[in-house]
Amino acid sequence: MHVPDGFIDIPVSAATGVIAAGAVAVSLRGTRRELDERTAPLAGLVAAFIFAAQMLNFPVAAGTSGHLLGGALAAILVGPYTGVLCVSVVLLIQSVLFADGGLTALGVNITNMGVVTVVVAYLIFRGLVKLLPGKRGSVTAAAFAAALLSVPAAAVTFTGMYMVGGTTDVAAGTVFTAMVGVHTLIGIGEATITALTVGAVIAVRPDLVYGARGLTVPLQLRVGGRLVDAAPAPAPAPAAAPPRSSRKVWLTGLGVSLVLAGFVSFYASSDPDGLEKVATDKGIDKEAEDHWLGDWPLADYGVEDITGARLSGGLAGVIGVGVTVAAGSGVFWAVRRRRNSAQSADSAGSGESWKAAGGAESRAEKTV
Amino acid sequence: MGAGHAHRLYRHGHSPVHRLPPHCKLAAVLCFVVVVVSTPREAMWAFALYAVLLGAVAGVARIPAGFLLKRMLIEVPFVAFAVLMPFVAQGERVEVMGVSLSVSGLWGAWNVLAKGTLGVAASVILASTTELRELLLGLQRLKLPPLLVQIASFMIRYGDVITDEMRRMRIARESRGFDSRGIRQWGVLGKSAGALFIRSYERGERVHLAMMSRGYAGSMPVIDEVTASRAQWARALALPLSALAVCLLGWTL
Repeated sequence: MHVPDGFIDIPVSAATGVIAAGAVAVSLRGTRRELDERTAPLAGLVAAFIFAAQMLNFPVAAGTSGHLLGGALAAILVGPYTGVLCVSVVLLIQSVLFADGGLTALGVNITNMGVVTVVVAYLIFRGLVKLLPGKRGSVTAAAFAAALLSVPAAAVTFTGMYMVGGTTDVAAGTVFTAMVGVHTLIGIGEATITALTVGAVIAVRPDLVYGARGLTVPLQLRVGGRLVDAAPAPAPAPAAAPPRSSRKVWLTGLGVSLVLAGFVSFYASSDPDGLEKVATDKGIDKEAEDHWLGDWPLADYGVEDITGARLSGGLAGVIGVGVTVAAGSGVFWAVRRRRNSAQSADSAGSGESWKAAGGAESRAEKTV
Repeated sequence: MGAGHAHRLYRHGHSPVHRLPPHCKLAAVLCFVVVVVSTPREAMWAFALYAVLLGAVAGVARIPAGFLLKRMLIEVPFVAFAVLMPFVAQGERVEVMGVSLSVSGLWGAWNVLAKGTLGVAASVILASTTELRELLLGLQRLKLPPLLVQIASFMIRYGDVITDEMRRMRIARESRGFDSRGIRQWGVLGKSAGALFIRSYERGERVHLAMMSRGYAGSMPVIDEVTASRAQWARALALPLSALAVCLLGWTL
């Protein structure tokens, strides 16, 4: 599954690189919550485990054998953030040291095998654990289903990337059928191994399995022949998160978008995109009329009166980002003002003061 | 212990390439690969020139050709995939020795083969001339997040330990008469993987405690700061710059 150099073109590689970098940045923040200050040694050792586990051969039949990919296993054993980090580090080292997977395709590889598998597996796992009865067997079953679906999900993502930025024109249907077909088979193997491994860990150290944390039975003491709930240990107070300025995030995002829009779009393909091509080939676009904005100065991602398709495209991109950011900030600012005024109205909001990122994260956790 | 403390991919030497600071080499390889990938595939001579450039670097680094080629075997799976392409791609067809092949598929196969091989060769040269510890320092100098570099360094340091642990478990299994032949043996292998995870995790906890007792407070002390002079940067960037010249020629011709 490691994609080599030259398989996906530069714009798509750059875009997936940005996605992968963002996911890793989010995971670096999130993993401190999962592992606190033990992050570096523990995540490093788990990454070493994933690396070793990928070398463990599982014989299938007649001399063939398969091995683990490890995304789903990492997500269930150590949590999604640490899982993304571990798999990404493994991929980085494999690419730099072992030349396994191209350097320019690192973004594609991390997005596919690190982010998509881990996130898909963890969402399915969480959902199933919520639905199934709270027993150990249901954790194993959920692990099976999560790993089973995570591998074809990565294959589907790869097919999407290939459609946008692939360097050969193999028909979309062929790639999709081949990739998803093969990876469904791989997914069955992955699911069996993952479920067996998770089951083995749960049997010995259930406290180590991140996905089984809700299943611990409260400690009970036998006092005078009767079972009495022991006093719960005082939960450690969560470390106060340092106040972070949303300005920095905002400026970085703006900078990245401008660079992408202005410069990377220079290299973007000037051919019509896939949908447009299909439309031209099949004659669908005969009836298509130009957009009602077709003759305004920024139509078709170019700036009127500026010669040179690339320069004009880049400039249009920069202007587009500017307009989008202005509109987005305006909406965000308006919503925040309304919320603030609403909150101050109802008795100063019982400690639920609106924080730009913190609020969103805690709500995301509740929904997962 | 007699084998030294370098990883298997490193080839000890004192060539000018070995002496370059690691972050210069990393940046040079990355730029080189980006240039190679953005070259139009129709300019076949450009890829030959890239190969000559890499050959020159390998010569300066005194890496034998056999060593380099053996390491490059890692890309064999993609060669198989690339060979498949001309048969499944669509578009106009051409007859080669009685077999109908797709023209765009042939171009695609050539594209992946040429660019993938050059990328693998560049990575192999980097790994065989740079020590692991240096590589990590280089990644840190290139402003990778320190936490990520720490995780990577723990993974590399303990990767061999965990792999050896797995090997000992395999020897223990086999000395008790275990023979893995099919799916029926997966249960045992799954239990082994689970045990390996527990051992790795517990080792991580012990390592953390050992670090705490030696005064670890979230960041590793920097013992040897690597710096690069202007001349070293110039020497390292000679490769991607000459590649860029070839690439620009490829676009204009």
